Parts: sequence; C-alpha cells; structure tokens
Amino acid sequence: MSFTPHTEQDIQEMLATIGVSDISDLFDEIPASLKGFDLTIPNQQSEQASSIRAQALAEMDKPIANYIGAGAYEHYIPAAVWDIVGRGEFMTAYTPYQAEASQGTLQVIFEYQTMMTQLTGMDVSNASMYDGATALAEAVLMSVRAAKKARNIIVPKNLHPHYREVVRNLTHAQKIQLIEVDFTSEGTVDLSALKDIAADGLAALIISQPNFFGSLEDVDALTDWAHEQGALTIGVVNPTSLAVIKQPGQWGQAGADIVVGDGQPLGVPLSGGGPYFGFMCCTQKLVRQMPGRIIGQTVDLDGRTGYALTLQAREQHIRRSKATSNICTNQGLAVTAATIYMSILGAEGLEQVATQSMLNTRKLVNGLTETGVAQAFGSHFLYEVALKLPMSAEAFVTGMLEHGIDPGLPLSRYFADQTDVILVCATETKTQDHLDAFIAAATQVIAANGGK
Amino acid sequence: MTIGNNSISPPSQLIFEISKPGRRALSQMVSTQEAEAKALLNELPAALRREEKARLPEVSELQAVRHYTNLSRKNFSIDTNFYPLGSCTMKYNPRGAHRAAMNPGYLQRHPLRSQQVNQGLLKLLHELQDWIADLTGMQQTSLTPMAGAQGEFAGIAMIQAYHNARGDDARTEIIVPTAAHGTNPATAVMCGYKVREIPIEDSGDVDVEALKAAVGPQTAGLMLTNPSTCGVFERRIKEIAEIVHEAGGLLYYDGANMNAILGQARPGDMGFDVLHLNLHKTFATPHGGGGPGAGPVAVNAKLAPYLPGPVVEEKDGKYEWATPSDSIGRLSSFMGNVGVLIRAHYYAMTLGREGLTDAGALATLNANYLMARLEKEGFKVTFSGRRATHEFIISFQKETKQYKVNAMDFAKRLLDYGFHAPTTYFPLLIPECWLIEPTETEAKHELDRFVDVLIKIREEAINSPEVVKQAPHTLPVKRLDDVKAARELVLKADFEQIDAAKANQQ
Amino acid sequence: MSNCPNDLKYTQSHEWIRIEDNIATIGITDHAQSELGDLVYVELPEEGAEFEQGDEAGVVESVKTASDIYAPLSGKVIAVNELLEDAPESINNDAYGDGWIFQLELSDATEVDSLLDADDYEAQIESDDE
Repeated sequence: MSFTPHTEQDIQEMLATIGVSDISDLFDEIPASLKGFDLTIPNQQSEQASSIRAQALAEMDKPIANYIGAGAYEHYIPAAVWDIVGRGEFMTAYTPYQAEASQGTLQVIFEYQTMMTQLTGMDVSNASMYDGATALAEAVLMSVRAAKKARNIIVPKNLHPHYREVVRNLTHAQKIQLIEVDFTSEGTVDLSALKDIAADGLAALIISQPNFFGSLEDVDALTDWAHEQGALTIGVVNPTSLAVIKQPGQWGQAGADIVVGDGQPLGVPLSGGGPYFGFMCCTQKLVRQMPGRIIGQTVDLDGRTGYALTLQAREQHIRRSKATSNICTNQGLAVTAATIYMSILGAEGLEQVATQSMLNTRKLVNGLTETGVAQAFGSHFLYEVALKLPMSAEAFVTGMLEHGIDPGLPLSRYFADQTDVILVCATETKTQDHLDAFIAAATQVIAANGGK
Repeated sequence: MTIGNNSISPPSQLIFEISKPGRRALSQMVSTQEAEAKALLNELPAALRREEKARLPEVSELQAVRHYTNLSRKNFSIDTNFYPLGSCTMKYNPRGAHRAAMNPGYLQRHPLRSQQVNQGLLKLLHELQDWIADLTGMQQTSLTPMAGAQGEFAGIAMIQAYHNARGDDARTEIIVPTAAHGTNPATAVMCGYKVREIPIEDSGDVDVEALKAAVGPQTAGLMLTNPSTCGVFERRIKEIAEIVHEAGGLLYYDGANMNAILGQARPGDMGFDVLHLNLHKTFATPHGGGGPGAGPVAVNAKLAPYLPGPVVEEKDGKYEWATPSDSIGRLSSFMGNVGVLIRAHYYAMTLGREGLTDAGALATLNANYLMARLEKEGFKVTFSGRRATHEFIISFQKETKQYKVNAMDFAKRLLDYGFHAPTTYFPLLIPECWLIEPTETEAKHELDRFVDVLIKIREEAINSPEVVKQAPHTLPVKRLDDVKAARELVLKADFEQIDAAKANQQ
Repeated sequence: MSNCPNDLKYTQSHEWIRIEDNIATIGITDHAQSELGDLVYVELPEEGAEFEQGDEAGVVESVKTASDIYAPLSGKVIAVNELLEDAPESINNDAYGDGWIFQLELSDATEVDSLLDADDYEAQIESDDE
C-alpha cells in the first residue's frame, strides 16, 4: 500500500512510452553495488491495522493532569480552530511561491502579522520561525548584524534553560560572546548586576518577561539601560500574557527592538513538544535584518488588493551563503491555528484566559500554604510560579504521579542547588475540582514525607 | 476555469474589516469568575500592566469560520490540484496519519511530561529512529531538527565537532556544487565555514576533476544531494566519497530528494557520513502552507556521539530521553516537531518495506514517463539521455527567445488550467527552467492531462502570447505586482484606513 | 547597443566610476540595472567607511535577486546618495545621473589604471551575452 493509483496496465503503457521493459531499468544508472540490501522495517499493513497500533501507543500511558508550563502552556482551544486548520486547502498546500494560487495562505499570514504587531506593540512581524528558542537565536544573530561591530549579548540566567542552550548552540560558530548575568533572590535581573558589564561591544540585552521562574521583570529600567549602552533590547515574551502585561513596544522610553517568543499558547496543542511556532517582531528600522518569510500587501494587474512574499532577496534561495539565515520554512499551519484562535477569542477572550489562569494559580498557591509550601521568589507572577516545598521536588513529583498528577517541573534539573523548588502552572483549563484534587494529593504526599 | 467548483470569487475582506467593537464569540467565554479574576490585575504594579487593549478581531464564531473557510478556497493544494513542485515531493498526505497525530492522548501531552508516563510516545519515536537508520543505511538517528535546514545545520555542526574533537581544526571549507539548494551554502556559513563551489558537468553530474582540485587539508566536508538538484543520479558517488574521505573530509547528504531512491539505494552505502531527511517530503507529512516540517538527521558510527539531543534510548524495556556523549546539544525548545514525527511513523508503519520501495519506484516511473512524453512533444529536456529520477528539468529558453514568453509566464498560465506550477528558475544555473516532480501518488491520466495543457499553452504562446504573459486570468487575483510589494512594504493592516472606510459606510 | 558613456570608467563587476580630481563617483551601469530589473532597495555604505579596492560596499536588491556592489577603488566614503533610500528606481531610470550610489575620496590614484574604459566594458558585456 503506497497510496498509488497505478494499475498494472498503466504501468505497462508507461514503460512502453519510456522505452524500457521493467521499472528496475529506470534505476540502471545506480551502481549495482549499491543495490540489493535488506530492510528491517516491518512489512506493510492496512490502514485499519496501523490505526489500531497508533491508538494503542497513544493510550499506552494513563491520562494525567498536567501542571507543567515551562515554555509550553495548556490552554483550551475552541473546536472551530483545528476544524478549519485541518482543511486540505490549508494543510496540503506548500510555501506560497505562486502567490496567485496561494492567496488563502498569504492573507492568513498577513492577518497573523497584523495581530502579532498588535499584541506586541511592535512595527512589524515576520511569518514565524520554528519555535521560541530558535526565534531567539535568530534574534541574537539579527542584533549582531544590526550592530555591525558589537558582538556581545547579555543572557540572563533566568531565561528558559533550553533557550539559553539553543542560543549557544546555534550561534557559537559566529564569534558571538554570550555574557550570562545572575538573578537576585527575587528571581529577577537587577540593574546593579548589569552595571559591571562593560558596555563596549554590547549588541543586545535579552529580557525574558515573565522569566523562566514566572517572575515579572522591571522591563522599563532594563530596556532603558540597554539603550543607554547603545545596545538593542530583545524581549522574550509569552503571547497570552501580553493581553494583561505591558506590550514590549512600550517598554521603557523607546520600546524593545526585537521581540520573540513561542506562539504555542495561541491555539496550538501541546502535542508532546510540537509543532509549535516561534514569533518574531521588530521595529521598522530593523525590518531588512529580519530573517524568515514576510508577507506584503500589493495589487494585481487590475488594481485589486492581493498578498505576496516580499523581501525575498534576504533569503537563502536567492542570497545563498549571504542569506540572513538558512531558514526556508515557517510553521505555516500552526500560524493558521493561531490566527483563527486570536480571531475567535479577540483581546477580551485572551485577557480572560490570562486572568482566569492567574486566579487558578493563586488558588493553588493559597491552598498549599498550610502544607508548608511557599513562593520561592518574592516577586510578582502571572500564572506560573516557583514554589519551595518542604521536601525534595523530584520525590514530590514521584508521589504526585501516583495520584495521576504531573505537578510541575523540578528546578533542580537545571539549577543544582534548587533541590526543593518546583515550577508550577495552573491555566484556565483547571476547574475548582482539579485544584482541590491537587491540593489534597499534595497534602498527602508532603505528610507521607514527614510534613512541614 | 476556476479553482475547484468555486464559481463565485470569495470576498477578500480582512478579518479586521468584519470586526465590530463589543462583538463576542461565545467560545471565548472561558472565565467563570470574571470579576474575581480581573481584579487580580490591580495587584500588579501599574508599570507592568497593559494599558490599551490589542486590536484583535471582534467577530462571532461563524464569522471567523466563514472567513477562514473562504480563504482556504483561494489556495491550490495537493487535495485539490496536481502540484508537481520540484524538490518538494508534494505527494498525497494520508488522512490516517493525520488522525493518528490528532489523538487526544498526544495533543494533551506536555513536552516535559514525566518519562514514566510518556512511554507510548517515546516507544513510537524510538521505532521511527530505527526505521530512518534502516532506510538510509545509517547507524543512529536524532529526530529533533525542526526542518531540513536545521537538519543541515545539525549535520555540518556534527562534522565540525568531529574534526575539532580530533584536534583537526584547520579545516575551514565546505564544498558545495553550484546546483545545490540555497540552504547548503547558507548553512555552511552559519557554522562558520567558507563555501567553495564546484561546477557540474553537462551531464548533470558533479565535475569530479574539479572536486579533486578543490579538496585538501582545508576541506571539512562536502554537501551533496543525490539524486542531485538536476534530477539525475550522481553516478560516480562512490568515487566522490573516496576523494573527500581521502582528503580527511566528511560527506553530508541533503535528503531532499530521498523519495527517488527509497528502497532502491541508501546514502550510508554510498559513503555518506551524515544526512537529513525531509519528512514532509519523503514521509508524506503535510506541508501546511510552508511548514511545519521535520528534518531528522541520521549518522554512521563515527558521528553518533555528536547527534543533537534529546534522542530516545531503550533500557530494559523502558524508554527515556538521552543526550549523546559529545552532543552538539539542543537545537530547539523541546523535542522536535513531534506531531510531524507521529505522522511519519504512521506512514512508514503502513507502507512498510514493500510500500516504501514501491513509492520510490513509482515516483521514478511517473517522472520518467512525464519526461518522455514532454520530450516527444518537443519540449526541451535539459538532461536528455539521462534517466529522470523522481524529478527532471525542462527549459523554456527556446520559447523565451522565439515567442518572448518565459518560464514564469508558462507557470502562471498553468494555474489557469488548474495545475500548480512546477518549481521555476531552480537550479539557478539552468536558464528559464522548470523542475518537475509528479510524485508517485498521481495517476497516469493526470500526467497526460498535464502534457495536453502544456501543448495548449505553447500554442497560445505562439498565437496569442499576451494571454500567457498576463496570466493567470481565472484566479482570485491576476498577476501581482511584487515590485510594489517590495518597494512599499505594507506588512500589516492599516487600521486608520479600515476605520475611515467604516465611518464612510455609516 | 549598450549605453556606456565614454567619459566614465568601468569594472568587470558592472560598476561605473566618474573621476574628478581625487574623488570617484560610483554607480552601477545601465546594463547592470537592466539585467537586475526593477530595483526595490539599495543598501548604501556608511559615510566615513574606508574600503580597499574590491571590498563589498553595498547591495542592490531587485525582487528576485540581490547583488553586491564592490568598491572599484580604495578610499573613504565621503557621500552617499540618500535619494535611493526612498527611490531605488532612480537607478533604473537614470543609472549614470540620479542613480549614483556613493562617492569615494581615493587613497591610491594609481588604481584608476586598473579600471576598464567604455570600449573594454562593452566588449566584456557582449562576450558575456554569448
């Protein structure tokens, strides 16, 4: 079964037209020594058999209540979103190189670009990158291109550890110096810690808002500091949170210069790790340094409005070794989902998602107080928070899994000294019953461990 | 002629024009404790809060559904049209694979879910790792690269790590044929290498003498696509591999064209050390309007310690995430495009060794048949006399000179007849070319229709060239002014204009 | 017949150069602009930048391609044509006039001898066409 329509008669007629007697003749330019191997991949099977196996694998693990955030957030997705995204016309089209035959995809992305500039308060948006971490790495490269000579980037240690790693791995060959800066006991970046860093050669400061611990940074002061040093500000943000907290375009006196993040919270399911999409917005001034696809509005021969890929001369298929990036896809389908999601929710709906998530997380924190659980850092948070437990976080996770709850992410996996701190997130998907179940289970697990 | 049965062109309003302040979709009412929840905002310092709401659409659910459904109808897609885009493998994307990936058991799974309750997914990924290694003749696989270009980055970074680990750090060049995909040189530069280009011969094969002259102690590696971007199999591949290996370099296989040789030949046997596959091509996962893809990398034993993480390992029947000993590290936020990997797993599991081999064989049959027919009808096949692989090149240089109708004009006119255009003007060094890849899932009848239409367009080019030069005529828009798009850079909706238009209507 | 004024100097990479005392005004040739098609953007060098002969000095972009501009001579940039920032089409309309790109103060006047004159340049583009 290979989804092919050929009858035996078709094949014979086609071979006759070509002038060969057997399909194997078509491979006669391949050296014989390369042929005749045995594959170990299993034999073919029916759709029904595959579907049963696929379902069995998906259901091998019992359902679990998820309280992990850490860069991927469980939000409710209206049914209409993926119903429309799943249409073959969106799902089985490719890159809109033939603009006239791709107006659907192109207009969706144009609307998406508009929505992202609204959400971030920035001038322009590209059509998306692979995910949040790779978008940040591209933003770092972009800031160095814009700075021309400066090659130092300040990376706070409270940026998502995966993002820090990806930035390092994707930029290491380009002689960029990543300067790590510590966080305070509040979990945030302090201006005083920055002041020791020589401004010479500083291309950009990365600010994560909220940061990995869920804490809110003093973005105004940080942005202004970077600009005073002649450097750019790169904001890493959660798009849902921008319904309630200050948009990066308004940070400090002049606003952030480049803004990136993971778009997954906007209607893209968790799906074990992807596909998500990264978004990237920037100021008008930097648009030509921006990597990835960008859609522009134009007119056709009759003067009708239409949409087309633009600024393509920066891209790899034209600029080759001088391209702004080697990227040649965006995450089109995930962006389509985000566009429909934002249309259905609107700003009001997005604000409700954020505030209900804030309420649920607070209820959880308050409900755990009696068991001796407290906020690990003193700062303001939205719907993700680092909690200090009266026991080892890893042991807590093991205990909670027995109750069907994956309670959060132990920070010790990234920060060796934070053995009793867990990063917890309760979004709007959690009901009072869920929260009560979490609190009851946690109380038991902590008590079984000797209590507070 | 129109797209599908859509005789009335759908309106081209932006969703923002449909929007009206105060309108709500019921499905957005997530908050049951709205007042209590919103009061929390007052606890945040004013300097951190958002003051002005974003101007997102305010529409009903039906308005959103209708708007985006209508937009979808303005697309060509595999589901609606023959889409012979060369080097992109636009084959049928099985619905079964989609259903498998949309299983709620996966959709609700957090990427950092505790491993003891993530065994089903890890088992699936582990199987896919093995199958990819098997099909490519390699030893180990990492599924994390997000797309082909990131797979290329991973491959070249591994080559670099390998040389550096041996103290062999004077290797500064990556060799790339002139006909290579643009991502190849762009990737080499991202990894800090200089690019040295080598020419191809008139036959389409790499110029082996030029390669011999190009290699040396400065050579880190060679990036090659085989079958090449010229749509022919690189016949001297084993000799090429020897030349590069003898110079101390490694070979990178760009798997963009793997569909041609699926089950027929394996890059590992050809002498390649590392490769990426485009699962959205060879493994039939949807292209999604330009992504997501997935670009797993597979390597031989030499490079296995350097694979990007995380990979899935099996220990005593339990599966776990692991990072190879000298890994080039993590390249994305989480574990790759898992949803795409689930689809690829389903595809490989369903086709099995027989189906995958058949896919390669029939893709090659379709390309050779279409090439033979077009050549008989007098179209210029660039590498005539060679076997086509899964794709081939024709050139409109003659038509451009004689009728002043070029490859792009032919492509645009093709759209009027309901076919998506092949890849135009690639490879860059072949003038006025099309790269045509029919794939194995197209019927003979469809290929015959394609030939008939091309003959007809050529007649139009002779008799009424303006019709071709101004095409398309029947799509939602006529030919677009991409000069204006690039000069004026309108990259988002103009709300002032939208508001003014609305005010005028009232 | 190509439009190559006799009073200018040329390079193989399609720049034209007008020498006045120690100052060179530089643009791309009429032939180059016609090959590139409608230009949509010009990346200008920075005033004050110093180039060696053959350095990349800027970029001209059309919709489908981007092409480097090379410094035909060594020297310091003393002026750039800011008109091109908003009107790159000036190069298409008037390659040798309004479409000039930048001016160099030369650091080594002897390099001028290495440039092509109009006949040499025309011969070159004719042979390219074959």
